[in-house]
Amino acid sequence: MDYQGPPKWLDRFLTFYCKKSKLEDLQGDLWEFYDRNLEKKGRRWANVIYFIDVLKFMRIYTVQKPKLIKRMNFIALFNNYVKTSLRSIARNRLFSGINVIGLAFSMSVCLLMIAFISEVLRYDTFHENKERIFRVTSTYGDANNSMELASVPQPLLEELKKYPQIKHIAHFRRNFSPDAFLETGEVFQLKGNYATEGYFDVFSFPTLEGDVKGVLDIPYQLVVTESTAKKMFNDVSAVNQIIKIKDKNYTIKAVVEDPPKHSHIKFDFIASYITHINQVKEKYPDYESTWTNMWMYHTFVLLQEGQTETDFANILTEISDRRNADLSNKVVGLYPQNIVDIVPGKEYSNEPGIVMDLDVLVIVSLLTLVVILTASFNYMNLSIAKSLRRAKEIGIRKVVGATRGQVFFQFIIEAVIISLIALIVAFGVFVVIKPQFLNLNDGIQTITDLEFNFSQALLFICFALIIGIVSGFLPAFLLSKLKAMLVLKDYTKVKLFSIVSFRKVLIVLQFTISLAFIISSTIIYQQYRYAMSYDLGFETENILNINTGSNEKSDQLTQLIEQIPEVKMISKSAMISSVGSIYTLNLKYKDPLDSVHAYHNDVDVNYIENLGHKLIAGSNFPERANTENQLHAIVNEALLKRFKMGTPSEAIGETITVEGSPVQIIGVVEDFMYTKIEGGIKPVIFRNAERYSYLNVKVESTDIMATFDKLEKAWKEVDDIHAFTAEFYDDRIERAYGEYIMMFKIVSFLSVLAVSISILGLLGMAVYTTETRIKEISIRKVLGATEKSLVYLLSRGFLWMIGIAAIIAVPLTYLFFNEVFFSGYENHIEVGPLELLLGVLILFGIGFLVIGWQTLQAARSNPADTLRNE
Amino acid sequence: MKGTNLGEFEELVLLAIASLQEEAYSVAIIDELERVTGRTAKLGVVHSVLNRLEEKGLANSQLGESTNVRGGRRKRFYIISESGKSALLKSKEQRDKFWSQIPDFVFNKA
Repeated sequence: MDYQGPPKWLDRFLTFYCKKSKLEDLQGDLWEFYDRNLEKKGRRWANVIYFIDVLKFMRIYTVQKPKLIKRMNFIALFNNYVKTSLRSIARNRLFSGINVIGLAFSMSVCLLMIAFISEVLRYDTFHENKERIFRVTSTYGDANNSMELASVPQPLLEELKKYPQIKHIAHFRRNFSPDAFLETGEVFQLKGNYATEGYFDVFSFPTLEGDVKGVLDIPYQLVVTESTAKKMFNDVSAVNQIIKIKDKNYTIKAVVEDPPKHSHIKFDFIASYITHINQVKEKYPDYESTWTNMWMYHTFVLLQEGQTETDFANILTEISDRRNADLSNKVVGLYPQNIVDIVPGKEYSNEPGIVMDLDVLVIVSLLTLVVILTASFNYMNLSIAKSLRRAKEIGIRKVVGATRGQVFFQFIIEAVIISLIALIVAFGVFVVIKPQFLNLNDGIQTITDLEFNFSQALLFICFALIIGIVSGFLPAFLLSKLKAMLVLKDYTKVKLFSIVSFRKVLIVLQFTISLAFIISSTIIYQQYRYAMSYDLGFETENILNINTGSNEKSDQLTQLIEQIPEVKMISKSAMISSVGSIYTLNLKYKDPLDSVHAYHNDVDVNYIENLGHKLIAGSNFPERANTENQLHAIVNEALLKRFKMGTPSEAIGETITVEGSPVQIIGVVEDFMYTKIEGGIKPVIFRNAERYSYLNVKVESTDIMATFDKLEKAWKEVDDIHAFTAEFYDDRIERAYGEYIMMFKIVSFLSVLAVSISILGLLGMAVYTTETRIKEISIRKVLGATEKSLVYLLSRGFLWMIGIAAIIAVPLTYLFFNEVFFSGYENHIEVGPLELLLGVLILFGIGFLVIGWQTLQAARSNPADTLRNE
Repeated sequence: MKGTNLGEFEELVLLAIASLQEEAYSVAIIDELERVTGRTAKLGVVHSVLNRLEEKGLANSQLGESTNVRGGRRKRFYIISESGKSALLKSKEQRDKFWSQIPDFVFNKA
């Protein structure tokens, strides 16, 4: 008969808690009693008694100490690990140095990204009810083509007021940037918004002086920020002070704190919304806002407690469905967006504040991750490479009683120490590259200043720990697996999971990444040069564009600067071509259903000649034809082609419809670049309405600075409040392609990093290989091998790896640029062998130098020295 | 002071070990106690006493051979140590001393 003992689960419980040393006899005793009880009282009672006994045996002397306490000596061992790690780091100076430097450089970039991302993620988190604050975004267009806007229809305010689910509404009109005159006569340029009463209820901008309650309900009242108040009135209280804007008196009713650094909305002052409405009504008494008046207004709401984003989305759909019914052929969509999702987030048109594109952030962080991974690979690679030297140490540790976990931990600690040392170096590099980063582009400094703070420091240290653990994991895993017996018997026979090929894969991977970076930066630079030297179809040389803001001043200024002898010609325009800013109009020809979005510019009579546009048919605008200003147009060839108007001369005199009103074509110019070159040639229409923002001044001068001063002096006579903003056309174009330069800077910096890291790794490997093969080399030498053949023998393998990396990287990068990066670019360089092979050559060159240097040293060694010890 | 002197139950258990000689393991000790004193000891109590005795050095233990009973679990056999013996003797001496000091009539009165 089978022996049937007490319930298994009770035994398992006993085994769980009881000390191993006590378990056996204790369990035996219990079973003996169990058997007795079984006989006397039956199974049921025996089980119950057994259960009670098992519980009763949970005593201090029987219960085993929890694992944690058992590991107490682990903490003592910790000291030992740190000590041995430091020793081993010190012993392998070259390897450790390579690891520290490689890690440090790539870590510095990561630190930068961590600091940046953590700053960006903090945006708008200071608002008290941020979970319930939503912005309304909108879409405008038809089924095929719609744009996404951060602005909303002006009448949305009234619609939203009907819903009790919304607690407060902050509705504002952006870009109110007036000159404010004080009673003393001082003038200040301010930036602000017109906003409704709910503004300070939705957002958390604390009041310092006065009371914001009710201020924004009354016309011509203002709330200013602390720094604005200080700027205008020094230490005098700003409350109830009066400032004059466009001959109207505004009263300051309250002072609030400056918007914090991490607020995407920034302002100097907030004026009451009703002021704006009144001003519009004064100007146009019949004014009634339409639903498509949606370019300047923004709405943020604070929902009632318990209301969710979905609830709000439903409200918005309800409103837009109702209002869309009144619109013909266009649709306006309304969507909620939580305030903290704005920065970083998708970039909408008409953003009222700072934006940071989430995609850019993701791409840059991925690139950074790639760089840090190459450095981590290095660590793994070198650690595994030198592991055989440490095999004996591990063997002895194991013999003495170290568990696998302990050996594992020891190697992790070593990696963490390396990574912490690297962190110190990296921080130094970080401090150096931080200003470079902040100056990469004008936008970055408006987003963040990367000021050092405590949480940043904490993040950095956590990061270093993680990097240490990640890069140390694989070596630790492999080394801790070693069998003591095997290692101590003959450690040359140790095989760590076909480690050689694994290491080779790592190196190839590193070189692939480096190559991809080098090739990318070459291509981007070539594309930049291509853009710079592209024939735009008009002349930009020696043209100085002066931003006049409005055309009120431009006539006055024109008269003044005409006197300057260096000024050869002056023209006026509303836009500047080829720098990326666009203005589109809806054009129709004979077919009323066929409409074209054409690019538009208002130019004066001199513009065509001044900018060197080639008139191929028809004539320029007539001089001083004021009444017919809007009726004449000069178009480009692309527009003719689009409307199938035949030859340029045939098109002259034809009438097209521009936004509903008829316009006659009087001239045709050769195609030129209205947008940046990526956009290609598109239909363009010039008209002659007097809405100019720029003076295009052609100067011819040997002393540009002096001419510039003269122009500035003339400007001062016309306007002494606003700064003189003028820029040479060529400089402006260069600035327009600044993104290439920025990308080039980032990618080339990353490629320098990646290359130096992989070269360091290669160096480490070369040193290791030559050292372990030194005897072989010596014997070969004794047998008559030449230095040349030895160098070839040793470096062959490495050059192969670079070769394989090239075979992988070149086509991949080529495909990336051709299929992804340049897709949607009308004009881009053809990626040719030069761009592709230059990187390969550079890498081969550096690689060969490094390996050659190492192998030559080994090949030159005297066999007598190395073989003596045998 | 605890530890230097034997507790009452400790003394009994130690005596049982001594009397059982080679066969002193927990269950046997319980049975012996029951046979001699008539009181049933709980296994847990005996165990902890045995453990204490061993800690104090009054008894030594070692595991026996594996047998078919008790699911093949070995028994832990206890042997009284030298200091155990002297502790028992000391305790007996103390008692004897008292007994010798007690005049006969104290017990004969009744």
